[in-house]
Amino acid sequence: MQNFTNRRGGFTLHIVVCIKQVPDSREIRIDPNTNTLIRQGVPSIVNFYDMHGLEEALRLKDRFGARVTIVTMGPPPAEKSLKECISLGADEAVLVTDRGFAGADTLATSYVLAKAISKIADEWGPVDMVFCGKQTLDGDTGQVGPGIACRLDLEQLTYVCAVEEVDPVKRIVRVRRKLEDGIEVVETRMPVLITALAELNQVRRASLPGVIHGFRYKPIVWTLKDFPDIDRTKIGLKGSPTIVGKTWIPELKKANCEFLEADTPQAAARKLVEKLWSDSRTEQLGWKEVAGK
Amino acid sequence: MSGQAEKNEKRPVKSAQDEAMPDWSAYRGVMVYVEQREGVAKPVSWQLLGAGRKLADKLDVPLMAVVIGYQVHHLAREAIGYGADIAYLCDDEVLTLYRTRPYSRVMLSLIEEVKPEIVLFGATATGRDLAGAIATHLPTGLTADTTELDVEPPPSRLLLASRPAFSEKMMATILCKQYRPQMATARAGVFKALPYDPNRSGEIIEIQNQMKEEEIAARVIEFIRETNRIDLESADIIVAGGRGLGGPEPFKMLKELADALGGVVGASRAAVDAGWIGHEHQVGQTGHTVRPKLYIAVGISGAVQHTVGMMNSELIVAINKDKDAPIFNFAHYGLVGDLFEIVPALIEEVKKQKACVMKE
Repeated sequence: MQNFTNRRGGFTLHIVVCIKQVPDSREIRIDPNTNTLIRQGVPSIVNFYDMHGLEEALRLKDRFGARVTIVTMGPPPAEKSLKECISLGADEAVLVTDRGFAGADTLATSYVLAKAISKIADEWGPVDMVFCGKQTLDGDTGQVGPGIACRLDLEQLTYVCAVEEVDPVKRIVRVRRKLEDGIEVVETRMPVLITALAELNQVRRASLPGVIHGFRYKPIVWTLKDFPDIDRTKIGLKGSPTIVGKTWIPELKKANCEFLEADTPQAAARKLVEKLWSDSRTEQLGWKEVAGK
Repeated sequence: MSGQAEKNEKRPVKSAQDEAMPDWSAYRGVMVYVEQREGVAKPVSWQLLGAGRKLADKLDVPLMAVVIGYQVHHLAREAIGYGADIAYLCDDEVLTLYRTRPYSRVMLSLIEEVKPEIVLFGATATGRDLAGAIATHLPTGLTADTTELDVEPPPSRLLLASRPAFSEKMMATILCKQYRPQMATARAGVFKALPYDPNRSGEIIEIQNQMKEEEIAARVIEFIRETNRIDLESADIIVAGGRGLGGPEPFKMLKELADALGGVVGASRAAVDAGWIGHEHQVGQTGHTVRPKLYIAVGISGAVQHTVGMMNSELIVAINKDKDAPIFNFAHYGLVGDLFEIVPALIEEVKKQKACVMKE
């Protein structure tokens, strides 16, 4: 067994956290006059789920003395988000930015992030764990995490709501995954990629010294020329199989409301229940048989 | 880097996608992954066979189902009854529970052999986990969480996978012109399953498991089933309360109505922000987007932020004391009056009707 306390300059685990700076889509409104999205003044934030991945990495750092490296692919203003992660306690932050990377879909994004994580491993030692958010607020796909896991041959643990055990010596990770019908407890070996749910933890607040450190910190910037062996047909718009065709703003589906009037609430309730029982739109609920009796 | 829906803004950029489409004649057929647990299929699997049937008919190709698990032969049969022409069955003890690697290996070797032009998965935790791994391996394009599926007729045969973006405020059609198969995950509860036909004929083809137990690192230690979790997104019936309830107490009354109908309780942002009920109940822009068969809005005025999250419900009932409340613009049936009188009357009426049926 390896002596983990002595490798890579004293830290037991090397954790990479992938983040994305996104417009807070919850704040995007529709202009009722032009029927277009209003994006002006929409704040940029670190994708909400990514912060829970970061928090979990920082907890492992607190426990085992892990090294936490942040990586993002995005335009230069994403530096702001990297500084925020540093202020919370991450060790180093890498901005992967180049015009050539722009317009990437999830396939091209996971390719570049996987390349960046490989480079991080070359620079600072092998990576044991990668954290991603379960999905982004703007893309909403949840596909980049599995994409990275696949490309780097990492064990893939998605939709994680609790990290139950991490053993840096035995190299075992046990988590709880939240599925639609229940909780699954899974154990696997490192290296592993985890996608984080909001339930995973409560994100800490930055300390004052942390904020100052983050403010002064200059993220490491890697551009296309820092990846000499990258396949340029796999990046950016060119490397993206999916393209956006038509886009539209869905009409609010107005209905013709039938007002049910009655002298007493009881009579009104009876009218409504009769309607519900016989309406064709509730056919699949199996009430037809009830109404027929 | 961008969400799929963002890229239209970066145009005009000349990309490989604008070039002529390659010859994809080797890729034919629509494939649907049948998700199951303990031999019971997820409803979304049959819903996708319903959606897939339409696509396959338009393209004049077979509809294929893929059943992976242990002791799941009956699901291959069921898949045919729900519209599949061919059901591929991989039945092996190693595959008892879903794990990414062994399941994706089975799917990958099947896709490489059969070469379907379209592969669909439920946009569930498992479906997304699996589809994400497979699309990267192949590699090909994958559209997440679609709510509309269509195809362009031959010769183009393009899958038109449409999905909401920006918290449901926009819809975008995603295309994959330069890669095959075209893959998509699709939201549960949106597409309609075909009526089950036990006499429908089709072919069951057994396929091989690709991994031995000792090659798989992941072990599922335990599965804790949660039967009473609030699952708004797949609920058939939702009774939702808003500001008009005035406090946490009346939500008990809504729960009683929801229980009587066999549904769950939802809430507007106003009620959640006021602390009357938990965020997991919230319907609308910053909460869940729901498409139940029946949505009953109680004391909800109907702000846009709420209606975008529920307007696709099959049947909407609004109960509100203000007859000018915007919610009535979206409702199919409206009751104007005091919810504290109407809801108890409704509970009683529903219970009474149910009791009648029981007696018979």
